[in-house]
Amino acid sequence: MSGRRTSLQLVAHQTRFELLALFRNRQSRFFTVALPIIFLVIFVSVFGNDRLGPRGIKASTYYVPGISALAVIAGSFVNLVISVTAQRETGVLKRRRAAPVPAWVLIAARALTAVVVALGVMTVLLLLGRFAYGVTLPSRTLVGVVVTAVVGAVAFVCLGFAFTSAIKTEDAAQPMVQAVMLPLYFISGIFIPNVSLPRWLRDVAEVFPVQHLADGLHHAFDPATRGTGIVWSDLGVLALWLAAGLVVALVRFTWTPVAATG
Amino acid sequence: MCESETVDDVVISVRGLRKRYGDLDAVAGIDLEVRRGEIFAFLGPNGAGKTTTVEILEGFRERSDGDVRVLGTDPARAGSEWRNRVGTVLQESAPEPGLSVRECMQLYAGYYDAPRDIDETIALVGLAGREETLGEQLSGGQRRRLDVALGLIGDPELIFLDEPTTGFDPSARRAAWGVIEGLRELGKTVFLTTHYMDEAENLADRIAVIAAGRIVAEGTPQTLGGRAGMAVRISFTLPAGVAVTELPLPAVSGNGRVAVESERPLADVGTLAAWAETRGVDLPDLDVRRPSLEDVYLKLTGSLE
Repeated sequence: MSGRRTSLQLVAHQTRFELLALFRNRQSRFFTVALPIIFLVIFVSVFGNDRLGPRGIKASTYYVPGISALAVIAGSFVNLVISVTAQRETGVLKRRRAAPVPAWVLIAARALTAVVVALGVMTVLLLLGRFAYGVTLPSRTLVGVVVTAVVGAVAFVCLGFAFTSAIKTEDAAQPMVQAVMLPLYFISGIFIPNVSLPRWLRDVAEVFPVQHLADGLHHAFDPATRGTGIVWSDLGVLALWLAAGLVVALVRFTWTPVAATG
Repeated sequence: MCESETVDDVVISVRGLRKRYGDLDAVAGIDLEVRRGEIFAFLGPNGAGKTTTVEILEGFRERSDGDVRVLGTDPARAGSEWRNRVGTVLQESAPEPGLSVRECMQLYAGYYDAPRDIDETIALVGLAGREETLGEQLSGGQRRRLDVALGLIGDPELIFLDEPTTGFDPSARRAAWGVIEGLRELGKTVFLTTHYMDEAENLADRIAVIAAGRIVAEGTPQTLGGRAGMAVRISFTLPAGVAVTELPLPAVSGNGRVAVESERPLADVGTLAAWAETRGVDLPDLDVRRPSLEDVYLKLTGSLE
């Protein structure tokens, strides 16, 4: 255990404990792992084998990527905002800052944790879709699926760090996250295909990253898609949100409690 | 070479430290010096600038003015190298969520170049047998011990302990004092802040008192604020049938008790004893006491609040 670790070893060390803590926490386990699976089962059960969306694809084929987008956001943004706010307000982050671990290592480990969780839960959803509902595996467009999920997870990690700076107390984290995300899930084609939405609502959704993560994954999962499955316009918007989140996080993120300063 | 050794002996050096919030000087120009191997207690009422000073020394806050050197480095500019040598036990910090005592220790041990042995450190703070318990399931006192263990795991030369025993019951407090005494034996330098005068009196080699942003007194527990030169108070219950004016020394009475302020306690107790012997009375509940550290502290800080 002694001797100087390289930064990458430190990131791996931190990530190992972040994952352990995440899976030990009942709330994180429910919101990041159980809830996406429950949503997939419910939506496929309700809509069965209906044909959905502009190209009339099967409900199950539609919901695997849609709920995957939700899983990516739950594992990065939702989980991160709630746990990081709690860690900040209870002094955990401050104590970590007093240790010789560089700040970027802690942040990188958080991002890596989100990517691992996102890809893990997506794999579960994919296998469930394949074996329970006969959804075709997007083997030809796997690059598109992975790239979109990874860029999406990192973007939502940055947005999560940025968003924590707007939250003052531990108790406010959960309601604030849901207040932002639930409407976006509904207008971004996660639960219902957004062709059924009025034009202006779709225009609103186009601005936000949820729509572009969902659209990117829908496209990559679509059996009719040819090529890598990457939608560059969606990736571009996600990258812009990633950059914006990163800038705000770098300027506004704090390690010390906000509520109890004095 | 000789000179650099004496410089190296000073672990914390503060000159003219000032921290301004708007128009208010939370810290109004203080000087401090802490030497290697010392347990230094920093006392002061809430809002006196104590926490601000400690956080500047720990590198959490920027100062407005003055010179600060901790282990020869400016904490506001210090990096990992410096943090490897400093242990920080914050006033309030929860355990790592979701991790057991041992896992918390493993996580933090991984941050340092040359960490202490994990089991030995857990035993040092009295958490042996609790290794597999989740941090959040520990009692308040046990969490505090885990916090101290996390501050020690990097084997630091200097340890900041910010109110380490607040909320402890008396026996837990004694146990914590044992741990801090143990740090002295390991040759560590300890910068302790506390609200408890008995804690400072039992542990500290030197004490500094801050009030309204200034150091109002500095010294050993025995000499702080001129304590050594202060009059001793001899008190007892007035025997039945004796008037205060009959006593051989000037005394004040109240609540049935009599008190004599004495510059020469041994001689004055002798005078009183001889007089009582002659009168054939006892001096019930006889008590001879120097002003407590708490008396001195209240006198020092009271007028400034």
